Amino acid sequence: MSEHKHEHHILSIKTAGIILGLLLLLTAITVGVSRINLGFLNVAVAMTLATTKALLVILFFMHMKYESRFMQAIVFMCFLILAIFIGFTFFDVAYR
Amino acid sequence: MSNSTLSFWEETGNGRTGIMGWLTSTDHKRIGLMYLYILLAMFIVGVFLGLAIRLELIAPGRTIMDAQTYNTVFTLHGVIMIFIVVIPSIPAAIGNLVLPIQLGAEDVAFPRLNLFSWYLYVGGTLLALVSLFTGGGTPDTGWTFYVPFSEFTTTNVSVAVIAVFILGFSSILTGLNFITTIHRLRAPDMTWTKIPLFTWSLYATGWIQVLATPVLGITVLLIFAERVLGVGLFDPNKGGDPILYQHLFWIYSHPAVYIMILPAMGVVSDIIPVFARKPIFGYKTIAFSSLMIAFAGSLVWAHHMFTSGMSDTAVLIFSLLTFIVAIPSAIKVFNWTATLYKGSISVEPPLLYALGFIFLFSVGGLTGLILGSAGTDIHVHDTYFVVSHFHYVIFGGTGFGLFAAMHFWLPKYYGRMYDKTLSKVAFYILFVGFNLLYFPLFIIGLQGMPRRYYDYLPQYQDGHIISTVGSWVLALGLAIMFYNLIKGCLKGEKVNGRNPWGAATLEWTTPTPPPLLNFDREPDTSRKPYDFKGVTPDE
Amino acid sequence: MSNHVHKDYAGAKLGMWLFLFTEVLLFGGMFVLYSAYFHEYPREFHIGGKQLDVVIGTLNTVVLLLSSFSIAAAITYIQQGKKKLALIYTYLTIGAAFIFLVNKTIEWRAKFHHGIWPDSPHLRELSHGENIFFGLYFLMTGLHALHVIIGMVVLSVMVYFLKKDVINQQDFVKLENAGLYWHIVDLIWIFLFPLFYLVL
Repeated sequence: MSEHKHEHHILSIKTAGIILGLLLLLTAITVGVSRINLGFLNVAVAMTLATTKALLVILFFMHMKYESRFMQAIVFMCFLILAIFIGFTFFDVAYR
Repeated sequence: MSNSTLSFWEETGNGRTGIMGWLTSTDHKRIGLMYLYILLAMFIVGVFLGLAIRLELIAPGRTIMDAQTYNTVFTLHGVIMIFIVVIPSIPAAIGNLVLPIQLGAEDVAFPRLNLFSWYLYVGGTLLALVSLFTGGGTPDTGWTFYVPFSEFTTTNVSVAVIAVFILGFSSILTGLNFITTIHRLRAPDMTWTKIPLFTWSLYATGWIQVLATPVLGITVLLIFAERVLGVGLFDPNKGGDPILYQHLFWIYSHPAVYIMILPAMGVVSDIIPVFARKPIFGYKTIAFSSLMIAFAGSLVWAHHMFTSGMSDTAVLIFSLLTFIVAIPSAIKVFNWTATLYKGSISVEPPLLYALGFIFLFSVGGLTGLILGSAGTDIHVHDTYFVVSHFHYVIFGGTGFGLFAAMHFWLPKYYGRMYDKTLSKVAFYILFVGFNLLYFPLFIIGLQGMPRRYYDYLPQYQDGHIISTVGSWVLALGLAIMFYNLIKGCLKGEKVNGRNPWGAATLEWTTPTPPPLLNFDREPDTSRKPYDFKGVTPDE
Repeated sequence: MSNHVHKDYAGAKLGMWLFLFTEVLLFGGMFVLYSAYFHEYPREFHIGGKQLDVVIGTLNTVVLLLSSFSIAAAITYIQQGKKKLALIYTYLTIGAAFIFLVNKTIEWRAKFHHGIWPDSPHLRELSHGENIFFGLYFLMTGLHALHVIIGMVVLSVMVYFLKKDVINQQDFVKLENAGLYWHIVDLIWIFLFPLFYLVL
């Protein structure tokens, strides 16, 4: 039906497989690191790893790597706003 | 005019006629009008509740209702006016009527989703009404649903918050639809710098709707969960922190006031140049300041919480940030004034209401600075000063913006003109009534009259009497205005030609009333939206 | 008649992403609460986290990651015109969602067994911080599980569309958007998992 052909990036199964492997590896690392007591660093490490995993999902599985600059910008903005909501709440919570 | 094209009144687009032709129509104009009818009906309900509050307060002690009824009446007034009237007013109703045509599009990006949003709106409204008559009584929490009271009151808060959730969802989907429409359905050559400022303001609004409203969604769901499950997230007896509720609530509800005011600013930006016959001063700064307001508005929510027991650091930071929002708002006011300067002004009703907006909004905005600065806020927090400030911004701002929009655009969609003299009379009565009603509240607020109180000391009575009398004047003005608009739309003089005001945006190049798919010829996008060279009002 | 059905691929995508933003911020409100309470009760959150089953949590993480892969693969296959493989991988995704829910049920039932549910007498005896931890645990994983269920329904509709060739090699944006929704469900779990099961 659609009369004009779009240029779509097709994620190859191989790439998807590699990403899956990386995600599983990062999950293993996340669990492993949580067994070691690093104090406050544990939270930082866990969140960094989770963010990395999230990035992989967004960039590859959700095709964001191949989307326009505008789409990338609004996704960034969405997470920035969430970070502001959480961060600014800490102006209160952290200084009580 | 041209009889080759049927208007959207005659052609439904789905083969159905009569009431079903409306209820199943995905035409943005029909949906816009359906929003308008319901929200104006609810507005009148809200006005009556407001009048009842004012009448109760004309004298200390019991006047016409008992204290519990009073609590439910001001709660209802707030919930109806905020969630059912003001938030969808300009974006959903006027936005649906105007936005696609201003872009040169045939409809919004997702017409069926648009209709679905309307059904959600109706569903949410009905559910809100259901909450009045079921359960343990009408909600009495105020529109803010503050915990812990909202968790434990026996009145029917659970149903009310679900209604708010549904209304919020409707608002989200409308914002989503408009953003996509603006990105994807602009006519060829309708570049970003040719988009009319009303549509620009809806773009900024759409982003707030998409990014902030979900937080309201989860907040009201949490109230519901607390009432049903009793987790204790906001209950100090179980380790919860009520102040966190206030954070969540205002993370949405502060940006929400920009959902309310930004579209009204857009309306004014579209009206002023038409009646000054001059290109708008600083098109790009107005468009950009809308985005600035949308963004900066998300950073300042905790200025509603200076006396809540929040940390002093937060008070300082949020007070400072609050002043940033004043800048883009002021930019707009200066640009409107500069547009009027040396313009060839014709005082038609839409301009009059738009000027009313500028004046009342400025009063509201400037008193907002007193509230935004923590030192002064401590003194006037939770007094009638806040009530007055808020009504100057939302009623004087969004309300008058909506009235201006109706006087500006409705003749286009109904193809009939109201009585212009009568609408000016209505305006002056409204304007006087408005200031009589709300200005004394600033004074008694400064003197310490607390908001939401059923009873008060005799020293505040003078202010309350003036205010209540003002509410009657205001109601009279509203009655005349609505009478005139309704009569004009139904039986008024036929509008001859496409462009009764001599405006330069695309909606005035379509037939009056517009046909189902809006245009009977390719929209001419070569012209800038406020370039009036060679454009004259059709007589 | 409105026979002007314009297939706007980019518009559909943009609309879906905007919707996903609302999902992110819906959960975002809960994350605001989580971080504030974690700041207030770090020790109690640690004690609470120890009581959750890391094995089931890890297993469910793996299941969701696999399902994310399989829906991504399904989209790749339909783009390559391999309808049968696309169908199989969509089924696999639904299957993974089901396994996730089974695990979740087992986990919740075990908690109920230990007398832990919202506002339970046992929880009321525990410290405030633990009550909040489990409260958040039930609300956040519950809301997430609700999204898993919605995702299953959406994916089932996609199976129907695939069978009816409504989704095909030329027109697959519906499946892509369903996939995006499913990835968001996975994405939220990626954060829920360390926040609840691995807190220190």
